[in-house]
Amino acid sequence: MMGLGRLNTSPLLISAVGVVVVGCAIAGAEIALATDVEKSTSTSKVVTRLLTPEQYGAVIHDIFGPQIRLGGRFDPGLRVNGLLELGTSQVSVSETSMEQYDNMAHTIAAQVVGPDQRRLMISCAPASPSAADDDCAREFLTEAGWLLFRRPMSEAEHDLYVRAAHVAAEDVKDFYQGLGIALAALLESPQFLFRQEISEPVPGRKEEYRLDAFSRASRLSFFLWNAGPDLLLLAATENGELDTPAGLARQVNRMIASPRLKNGVRAFFSDMLQLDGIDRLSKDAVVYPMFSAQVAENAREQTLKTIGDVLVTRGADFREIFTTPKTFLTQTLASIYRVPLPGDMPNGYPDQWKAYEFPEGDPRAGILMHVSFVALHSHPGRSSPTLRGKALREIMLCQKVPVPPGDVNFTLVQDTDSTVYRTARERLAAHANEPMCAGCHKITDPLGLALENFDGAGGYRTTENGAPIDTSGALAGVKFTNGAELGQTVAGSPDAISCVVDRLSSYALGRVVAQDEAAWIAKLKQSFADSSYIFPELMRTIVMSPEFFRGAPPLQEASETTMLTAPLRSNRETQQ
Amino acid sequence: MSTSVKRRTVLRGVFGGATIGVGLPFLDCFLNTNGTALASTGASLPVCFGTWLQSMGFNPGRWVPDKVGPGFENNVELKVFDSYRSRMNIFSGMRYFLDGRPHVTHVAGPQIASTGGLYAAGQGVNDSRGESGPSVDAVIADRIGPRTRFRSLEVCLTGTQKTWSRRSGSVINTSEGSPAALYARIFGPNFRDPNAADFTPDPALMARRSVLSLVAEQRKEFVRTLGASDRVRIDEYFTALRHIEQRLALDLEKPDPITACVQASEAQENMPGPMVENAEKNAKLFGALIAHAVACDQTRVFNVCVDSEDMHKAGSSMTWHMLSHEEPIGPTLGYQQETTWFINWANNVFVEFLNTLDSVKEGSGTVLDRMAVLWQTDHSDARSHSLDNIPVITVGNASGRLKTGMHIPMPGDPVTRVALTMQQALGVPVNAWGERSNETSKTVTEILA
Repeated sequence: MMGLGRLNTSPLLISAVGVVVVGCAIAGAEIALATDVEKSTSTSKVVTRLLTPEQYGAVIHDIFGPQIRLGGRFDPGLRVNGLLELGTSQVSVSETSMEQYDNMAHTIAAQVVGPDQRRLMISCAPASPSAADDDCAREFLTEAGWLLFRRPMSEAEHDLYVRAAHVAAEDVKDFYQGLGIALAALLESPQFLFRQEISEPVPGRKEEYRLDAFSRASRLSFFLWNAGPDLLLLAATENGELDTPAGLARQVNRMIASPRLKNGVRAFFSDMLQLDGIDRLSKDAVVYPMFSAQVAENAREQTLKTIGDVLVTRGADFREIFTTPKTFLTQTLASIYRVPLPGDMPNGYPDQWKAYEFPEGDPRAGILMHVSFVALHSHPGRSSPTLRGKALREIMLCQKVPVPPGDVNFTLVQDTDSTVYRTARERLAAHANEPMCAGCHKITDPLGLALENFDGAGGYRTTENGAPIDTSGALAGVKFTNGAELGQTVAGSPDAISCVVDRLSSYALGRVVAQDEAAWIAKLKQSFADSSYIFPELMRTIVMSPEFFRGAPPLQEASETTMLTAPLRSNRETQQ
Repeated sequence: MSTSVKRRTVLRGVFGGATIGVGLPFLDCFLNTNGTALASTGASLPVCFGTWLQSMGFNPGRWVPDKVGPGFENNVELKVFDSYRSRMNIFSGMRYFLDGRPHVTHVAGPQIASTGGLYAAGQGVNDSRGESGPSVDAVIADRIGPRTRFRSLEVCLTGTQKTWSRRSGSVINTSEGSPAALYARIFGPNFRDPNAADFTPDPALMARRSVLSLVAEQRKEFVRTLGASDRVRIDEYFTALRHIEQRLALDLEKPDPITACVQASEAQENMPGPMVENAEKNAKLFGALIAHAVACDQTRVFNVCVDSEDMHKAGSSMTWHMLSHEEPIGPTLGYQQETTWFINWANNVFVEFLNTLDSVKEGSGTVLDRMAVLWQTDHSDARSHSLDNIPVITVGNASGRLKTGMHIPMPGDPVTRVALTMQQALGVPVNAWGERSNETSKTVTEILA
């Protein structure tokens, strides 16, 4: 078994340290509250998740440095119950995506063992650069495997990858190229690409299981930081600190105090708010000439910066994300919002982010008014109160809007050039007078119409076709007159609180919450309220819960000690 | 000289440590005189299969030919196919069956068209994959394409990764949205020109292959502690890994010469986005790459996703989908004028795509001659989201395995009959396809040669 002392001397690791249905009747129509509670009563389920693109990138950059190019693309994720994270335990790898993983593995490995990086990355030198050197290969691969697998490699795994480096070096007559091929194999291995979780009995408790220490460390790290465990967490795992409540609390405190918490918070909200849709967002260049891929990318960053500022930097009430007039803009983004943002950089320099605060009373407050929401939930060439209303209910309130009937009569048209129905509200009112349309549109449109001050690309406007835009409406009986007030209404909605807790708990477990975990969810909601809706405190409550680390009994056929887990178990037992 | 002996001979040079170029001159005698078969084996050039999934259907009364059987005349909306009339079949009257399940418009149809049934869970194409069987192209690819570098190629004309092709509910064959990226995958550094005089196996590829096989050996240990569903997923991962290993093996072999194989010109990047101009250009770029990939036997199966719903003209705030619902039917015309423009446009794009395939000559024939291309759609009439009288078109006779030039009405039958027939024509040992009311064992015998 390798020791951490040895690991600490590695340039590889020094580099790692440095980077561092409830039915509710609304306007005569039923909508389902999409809870994340699974019908199954079984909580004894651990999941094997595929690394997300962001997690893959974070692990690689933490270990090998931020300069490493990934050199490939990832498949789009699978959204289950509103979250891509839940889809990571359901997807596998197609031949096309394996082709991409293969390309990325070799692109990354070539950089790591290349002449420019090898002195920093590889602490030993081979006896001959043109021949295999098992000792040096073992040293490097032991360190790399420990970090990539997020646990020590078994002896069998050591031997396998050292043999790989040996075979490859002999074939190509180059130690470093051979080592690169073995490293690429590590990067293509299931142990790296999938987050496999191993269960173990809870000491002193009959028939109770928890995740083993390394699985717990990974869960903690990916949840709080959206990255693999760092050296300190791995050390805490190795020395048994994570097995004690006090030790766990120390690590959690450290991780929540770390600047990397913001990455975890951003990852969750990027998922929950479905900001991956921005990757596929395009607008008609003639209708919206100011919109570009750069604007779209900035829009995503604006929302994540704003959320990070409210929830982490300022540690404010979660509900403030719906109401805050404070945000961050680039000059490009400011032009969409039609606000002045003086630049102090020479022409040709990339846009700089600047804090910006909309004046009191301005309707442009809160993330619902961000381009990332209003443009994402619009058509390519015009706004859509229906899409926006649907998104608001489904994403922010976890409600499920019924699918429209398949045989709608659309004879009442929405002609944007109409002189009779000049605004979206007038056109939708005409359309929604159709009885079969009214049910759905009464659910979605009042919320979406409050955002009509923003065109299909997020540009601010007060009139449409010369007619003033009416942004009034109501949510669950609470009236509002514009988008900012809609934000306040959403912030005051118990559904918004319930939704974020449901989503975050599912996100943490990587699966839908089971029925017998409903009491835990209720406790989380109460705890969130007791903390005045401080989001990092909600995260802390989750990770300090036994439910977060609950494991599963071993499979019948896996009751024999496996090669993979045997060294880890025996190691843990000797330290307890 | 048998292929296997020749390959072993070539590789021995590498195994023996010599990384010298192995000069294997192009041998015309490998091919028969017209380039349609390998002279060494006498085998015909392989059959190929493609799908084209174009949502939004046609206008009622404007596509079903009057005449049944051979010798039909194309109706007005399909006039653009006239040059292919003798090489295509039109099927009318068929249905998608929901069996009481929710009708998720524009999604249910393609799910049934591609896999024979609705996904058991989830409804969106990229929202939720749910339980679903393999799509028809994946089944056929397993039969006709396992020895090609790419078991199948998927492209999306709007530049996204949208796809309807899948091996299972958890293994989705995502589309390539970038012509430049597709070029790099097919004709990049790892492409081995079958007609090149020299062939030098790359020892690094040999090493990579050996190492990957070592990784694959870990399967048994890795899956031991996994539950059943995770085990299936990990097995799918190892299947994909094996395919990469097999591809490396192919890259190490001197390919048989193929007269018609000409490396495609390097494709330039094109703008993504659902605008007609972008999609039209992408169709041409992708079409050329697919035609050359087939001619060079890099793949035998392809899938084109048109991603029609958000398609719009530059400067217009109305997409094809929005128009289909919101444009009034012209009182004189009897149909929606702008919506019909998109139908005609998409048909033209498909015909241009066929023209590209047909432009690559192989002896006296073309690449298209050994293909069966299956055109399907989501609704017969998008305006009303109709699932009745669904149009299906096939083009090409798959090297004589299919009869063409016919209009075959099959009123009330499941659409899956055509997909079943395609599988059987291409050699898949299957006697039924589809689920629930979409299941059928009735081959369209009229088109089987």
